[in-house]
Amino acid sequence: MAKDAPRRWDRRMQQRLAHGEAAALGELYDRFASLVHGLAHRVLGDEDAADRLTREVFAHVWENPDAYDPKQGSLRSWVATLTHQRAVRRLRQTESAALARGGEGTAEDLERKVRRASAAARADYIVTAMPAPLRAALELAYFQRRDYRQTAADLGVTEDEARRRLRLGLQLLSTANDAAGPAEPHPAQGPPPGYGRAL
Amino acid sequence: MSGPDRQEPFEEPSGPGSGDGDGCGAKGRDEQSGARRPPRIPLPRTSIEDTGNPLPDPPLAPVDLDHQVLRSLLGAWALAACSVEEAIAVEEHLGHCGPCAEEALRLRDAVGLLHQEESLDLDPGLRNRVIESCLGRRPPRIPVPDWAVPYDAETARLDALLRDIGDSEWNAPVRLRWFDDDSPVSRKTTVAGVIAHLLAVDGLVALALGLDDPLGSDAAPPADPSGRTESYWRASYFPPTRGVRGPWRAQTHELIRTVSFTAGGAYGAGSGRLTVPYSAPDDEGRRVELPLRDSMLERAFECWIHAEDIAEAVDYPYEPPSPRHLHHMIDLAARLLPGTLAERRRSGLAPPPHGLVAAGASGRSLRLEIEGMGGGEWFIPLDSPGADASADREVAHVALDGVEFCRLAAGHVSPEEAAAGQDGDRRAIRDVLFAAASLSRM
Repeated sequence: MAKDAPRRWDRRMQQRLAHGEAAALGELYDRFASLVHGLAHRVLGDEDAADRLTREVFAHVWENPDAYDPKQGSLRSWVATLTHQRAVRRLRQTESAALARGGEGTAEDLERKVRRASAAARADYIVTAMPAPLRAALELAYFQRRDYRQTAADLGVTEDEARRRLRLGLQLLSTANDAAGPAEPHPAQGPPPGYGRAL
Repeated sequence: MSGPDRQEPFEEPSGPGSGDGDGCGAKGRDEQSGARRPPRIPLPRTSIEDTGNPLPDPPLAPVDLDHQVLRSLLGAWALAACSVEEAIAVEEHLGHCGPCAEEALRLRDAVGLLHQEESLDLDPGLRNRVIESCLGRRPPRIPVPDWAVPYDAETARLDALLRDIGDSEWNAPVRLRWFDDDSPVSRKTTVAGVIAHLLAVDGLVALALGLDDPLGSDAAPPADPSGRTESYWRASYFPPTRGVRGPWRAQTHELIRTVSFTAGGAYGAGSGRLTVPYSAPDDEGRRVELPLRDSMLERAFECWIHAEDIAEAVDYPYEPPSPRHLHHMIDLAARLLPGTLAERRRSGLAPPPHGLVAAGASGRSLRLEIEGMGGGEWFIPLDSPGADASADREVAHVALDGVEFCRLAAGHVSPEEAAAGQDGDRRAIRDVLFAAASLSRM
């Protein structure tokens, strides 16, 4: 039930974009700009490159609102997937170009770097998309360095529940490493794990 | 996953140290087995109490945890968020429980993916660049009207600031300042109170467009900005919190959307011709009002000015609007000045004019020169709002920086203190500067 309202928002946004409503584009930016820019920056590690990619992603959504299929998941996950694919592709391009110009490292180093950046971006998304209680528990245990008993007390839950949340949160997060297959040769085929509808 | 019903992998203990296989489902077995049967599990070593050796530190007493509990500890263990004894018990367990060992590895790798969210402030100018580049590629069928773009930009900038501030900062004190009867006045509130103020006053535009009034529709709410604000503040028993951001932002989006749809309406200039009342009608049925397009500009101006109040209160940097938007705001103030001068004369706040000038005829003028980005030059008619103000009859010249002029018009600097270059008729200059300050309100 809780998913109905956002899905309605997603569908309505899609219609408004398709209808050519500039105000909808502004609202789309307000909702997703920090997601898009954050993921792009995590992969590319460069402010200007992240700005450029942000412009590209929004242009793609504005020009192709019908490419989004609400049955496949939320608008948020679709936008995240688009961003991720494009950012990884861009990173591989720039790194390959640098390599071709005689830069340091080997082809394996390049792949490792791409894989690491890709997993890191996916992890960022998973953290923001996971249920808030899990995120809160991880936040306390990792960033505030509270042990699980203190975490339980802070959250007002049992110690069992605190352990469960920490474990489940990390289980979700660990899926970020799954897609980091050899080279993701066909990034256009389906979303990488972590952006799916389960979250 | 393994559970308590799992088969024991080992029928016999293979020797000291290996315990009962993977230890799964072993809870309480020790207590019950007793000494009558041959021990399935090797007997514990001699108790240290019987040896005369010093006792170990109490926290390191062995913990006896079953598989279920140990498995549930894996997340906390990977995060180093369990006790030392628990960590030892988990690590011991991992040595002989394959599924747990596998999961432990996974979870520990996952911890490596956690990192402090980089609080990357999005460049506020990026929004405009992204939107312009999109609209360049695919022109909108329903554009945001030019006169609503400053409001769109300023509300987005303020919203970005609000997104970044912490819960406690919403309660930071803010003093709203403006000019009333040629004297500075102020009203104390909080960051959240300022957003409530913007929500309540933007509601005037919402009402004019036929949208819902944020003050509710039960009783007739006051028609003027400060009355509406006080009424909104009073309506809630608790002071406003960050919860006010959602309704404020939703209304700003709804206003932009609505004016986009109605601006190009079938009749003439569409909704840009609507007027927005800022007061109840007086005895003669007159009320303060602005055309919708000016009202949206005025709301953009207020949004910026109050965003600066907030930024100052929470110690954030905040830039002035883009030069193009600033120019429109200054232009609005300059256009409002002649009417304000006339109003002040009627109410005795300014001396009578030097003889009336028929509308359209040329009269004395003051040259308002606004320096800096977004600036320009305006001739303010001094004798009658309808008079044609031209350079020929310029009697005074005032030069001010654009942002300084806006702060004057917002009542944030006094007319005496405004850093203005002045030249010519001192009375005219004083009248115009005070009229500018009197444009301000809560």
